[in-house]
Amino acid sequence: MGEKFDAIVVGAGPAGSTCGYTLAKAGLNTLVVERGKFPGAKNMWGGAYYGPLLHQIFPNFWDEAPVERYIKRRKFSFLTDDSALSVDFASEKFGEPPYNGFSILRAKFDAWLAAKTEQAGAIVASGLQADDLLRKNGKVCGIKAGGDKLPADVVVACDGANSILAEKAGLRNPFSPKDMKQGVKEVMQLPRDAIEQRFNLSEKEGLAWESLGTFTQGIPGGAFIYTNKDSLSIGVVLQLDALAEKKVKANDLLESFKQHPQVAPYLRDGKMVEYSAHLIPVSGKAMMPTLYSDGILVAGDAAAMTLVTGLALEGANFAIASGAAAAETVIEAKKTGNFSHTMLSRYQSRLEKSFVLKDLETFKKTPHLLKNPRLYEQYPKFLCSFAERIFTNDGQPKAKAMKLLKESMKGHTSLLQIIQDLWQIKRAL
Amino acid sequence: MKIEDKLAVNKFDIDKEVHIQLKDELCQDCEEHSCLYACPADCFKLTEDGRITFAYEGCLECGSCRIVCGEDAIEWTLPRAGFGICYQYG
Repeated sequence: MGEKFDAIVVGAGPAGSTCGYTLAKAGLNTLVVERGKFPGAKNMWGGAYYGPLLHQIFPNFWDEAPVERYIKRRKFSFLTDDSALSVDFASEKFGEPPYNGFSILRAKFDAWLAAKTEQAGAIVASGLQADDLLRKNGKVCGIKAGGDKLPADVVVACDGANSILAEKAGLRNPFSPKDMKQGVKEVMQLPRDAIEQRFNLSEKEGLAWESLGTFTQGIPGGAFIYTNKDSLSIGVVLQLDALAEKKVKANDLLESFKQHPQVAPYLRDGKMVEYSAHLIPVSGKAMMPTLYSDGILVAGDAAAMTLVTGLALEGANFAIASGAAAAETVIEAKKTGNFSHTMLSRYQSRLEKSFVLKDLETFKKTPHLLKNPRLYEQYPKFLCSFAERIFTNDGQPKAKAMKLLKESMKGHTSLLQIIQDLWQIKRAL
Repeated sequence: MKIEDKLAVNKFDIDKEVHIQLKDELCQDCEEHSCLYACPADCFKLTEDGRITFAYEGCLECGSCRIVCGEDAIEWTLPRAGFGICYQYG
């Protein structure tokens, strides 16, 4: 056995790096292990980060971090096979510091975050995999990695959606495909000028565009396009159990989305430079593992901390906040020399007081609501059909809007159905 | 665009050790074949005689196959550290 660390953090994503950074800044002897060749090598996401949290921990991070564009324009579309009904919102306010959001590519960004952690004094060991936990009298006291035993007072598992360590520690049950969405994405290179012209953006401005509709063949989920500096992130996020049940591949639905007549012109002549995939835990509190035990804490995706509020999936803020809360708990534990589950339970109390567990509690019914297949098939058809009737001039006597609305519902939905679904939405949101 | 053409642009450091293996005795009883649809990298193929084969080289390490397999027939681990997919964009 070598040197004993105060803390070993497993995984150098947003949760792990924030945790390692906070620990090292407080003077704790910290090791962060990362199985990828470099931090970020194994990580992907849709591509946009929103909110003030990162700025609170790394003030004015946008000046030095590899961000792509700030998100000035938000767009949301309902798609049928041939039409699109969109809401497009742009605000100059989003273009002022501290900015509302950024498009970000993880391979570059996670490497930057890990470098900050290193600068704070932690050791970041890339190309090192935590294979198992070390235990003494039933308590976790380090990790086994690359054939070595690495002892530590406490281990923080930030090893992502497939967390091996939370499983080895007996803190979580095996996952069900019902609890997961699969994200599949392409990065497509396009000249800057083309991006700015096609999406009506100025230099540094970006667009986040989410869509749902018939291209997912009734499978709960949707598609996204985010503009980077000189590339686009294009992908789909789909319920894993539904893909298996309907015997459909995510890539085929991604191709349908890319070829949609209202989408394809934006992607013309793009050059595909990367194809990636990842799981997203989406059942919220219902699938959350036990967050702590003797000598171990679990944070980020490893703790299934993804907030589902509607179309948006929010994971990074929960990863960052839980990584920081884990670190603060470890710092407190270090002062007393006590790393028992009783002491580490303060991690849970911290999260309960912060937005992390509050938000997950507030939106705990939303994941179920979003499995309503009508959201992905009937409602987009109804809305686009209504828009088409409103905008069509066929020389026939015109009908009033209410009559058109009623006609648009035919074959897609009914007033009673809409009222029932709105009632569900009201309860969940 | 086909999945294999997409994978061809990715950067992989392919290990000589196989990190995912099928337990044939459990796999051969399955009629669902969920792995064929859940794998975003098309690593699973159905042979003409109805067996599933797996090629690990293009694996994106997402974990979908392990979770959808109803037979628990997938011995799933990650590639050794430093090997496997190496995202340049993410």
